[in-house]
Amino acid sequence: MEPRPVSFYILSAFFALFLLFLYGPTITIAILSFQGPGGGLTFPMRGTSLHWFRDLFEQQAVGDIWGSFRRSFALGLMVMVTTVVLSVMGGLAFRKKFKGSGIVFYLIITSLVIPSILISLGVGLIFSQAGLNVHWSTSGFGSQLTWTLPFGLLIMFAVFNRFDKSYEEAARDLGATSWQTLRHVVLPIIGPSLIGVALFGFTLSYDEFARTLLTAGSYNTLPLEIFGMTTNVTTPVLYALGTLTTVFSLLMIVLFLCLALWSTRRKARAGSDAGKGVL
Amino acid sequence: MLKHNSFVGWLMALPIMAVLVFFLVLPIIMIVTVSFWQATEFSIIPAFDLENYEFLFGSNVTYRVFFNTFKYAFITWVFTLGIGFTVAYFLAFHVRSLTWQIVLFLLCTIPFWTSNIIRMISWIPFLGRNGIANSTLISWGVIDEPLDWLLFSDFAVILAFVHLYTLFMVVPIFNTMMRIDKSLIEAARDAGASGAQILWNVIIPLAKPGIMIGTIFVVTLVMGDFITVRFMSGSQSANVGRLISNDIALLAYPSASATAVVLLLTVLIVIGIMLRYVDIRKEL
Repeated sequence: MEPRPVSFYILSAFFALFLLFLYGPTITIAILSFQGPGGGLTFPMRGTSLHWFRDLFEQQAVGDIWGSFRRSFALGLMVMVTTVVLSVMGGLAFRKKFKGSGIVFYLIITSLVIPSILISLGVGLIFSQAGLNVHWSTSGFGSQLTWTLPFGLLIMFAVFNRFDKSYEEAARDLGATSWQTLRHVVLPIIGPSLIGVALFGFTLSYDEFARTLLTAGSYNTLPLEIFGMTTNVTTPVLYALGTLTTVFSLLMIVLFLCLALWSTRRKARAGSDAGKGVL
Repeated sequence: MLKHNSFVGWLMALPIMAVLVFFLVLPIIMIVTVSFWQATEFSIIPAFDLENYEFLFGSNVTYRVFFNTFKYAFITWVFTLGIGFTVAYFLAFHVRSLTWQIVLFLLCTIPFWTSNIIRMISWIPFLGRNGIANSTLISWGVIDEPLDWLLFSDFAVILAFVHLYTLFMVVPIFNTMMRIDKSLIEAARDAGASGAQILWNVIIPLAKPGIMIGTIFVVTLVMGDFITVRFMSGSQSANVGRLISNDIALLAYPSASATAVVLLLTVLIVIGIMLRYVDIRKEL
């Protein structure tokens, strides 16, 4: 192998600094959440303790952290399932070049670039003028879909752009119906990417703030609860909560990545019988 | 057959269209409608009134705030592009094994799936008056007094934007760079091009679609933001998003709607110009 140029070492250092920039602040609040009972929002650490985590599990003076966590989790799962199903359907639809597909495509791009507060404001106005109550599971759910669906669909477009049509043709030549082709050929091949779509669906919903601001109603989701805390909580309990939900997000990300890895391996094993054949 | 296909395709796109119509198109129509309504202290009244727009365009604050919004977008764009391009270039051309490329790429993208609010909060211990930055600078003897402009300032706003959105540059640029045929670079080297010439004449032109997509993401996210500006500036600076959210807090929905319409048009014009230079569907 040819020796590394000098630029490699400079760029490596740059990359390391970038990672430090990306993760440093989060690691800092993770450390500070173990602040002793007398400690404040900045260094120095006044002892180490689990005081602030214990605080989280006690009755809160303001807000309802665990209720909002349960709501965010449920909403995340709802958005995830809907995003996966609708994105696959949409991805398949776009392969068929239906009439009006251009308009739908531009709507998806609009959905991606529209300032989030407009969705919040518009959906909130529609619900209030129609005399309906906004609720996280109705108006909040729909508003979040306008953020997760574009990502899901763009991933599906990318997947189907690379999809080898001859697999489907082979299945059809062997007499498979179009449903069988979809179920036994197309879905197993795109499976790992669907886990990616699910990851986007869940995490983007779980962390969404602006689009749920005016559409969640009287029961807050977790990001809204945390933002509310920033204005009236000035103790490291804020960091403890931040650390816990970040750890939760990281666990979900690792879970999804492991699933994706597992299903890619499984696909590789099941997808080819090369070398095992008996001519 | 083709007709049947088109119908099935249309049917399968129906759920997505339903979501987009109800939660994207109707809200936009609603905002445009309400922007012509009148507001009293307690309610909003249907009307056809240009008052909201007259007030908006008649006020100096509007122009200052729009200028501020563009300023944030431009400065953030410069930094995210510089950092994002360098990181993507390193990953695509200097990391040699695919496994390492994937691992390092994932490290860059993981923060995208965690909470923006918490990532903003996490700057407090670093930038605060008694924060890490100030105490380090004092102990090095660079400054005598803690700097006040680190947290709750334009500096903090831009820092947070760069922190939150650089990965929106890294991902698309890395994606296009990975598709550059390595033999093109070899050919350039064989023809006697220097490293800088290869970068300027081969890699950058071929990475342009990725740069455009990253730019679209960063510009729209920054222009539509209101929460980062509010939190990181300690409510001292304003952009258009904050103007809207302030009006909402005062229940002045018609005036919030008028501002929202102008913001949406501005963003769509900017994106429309950019889309002339890149075909997104081809780049996926």
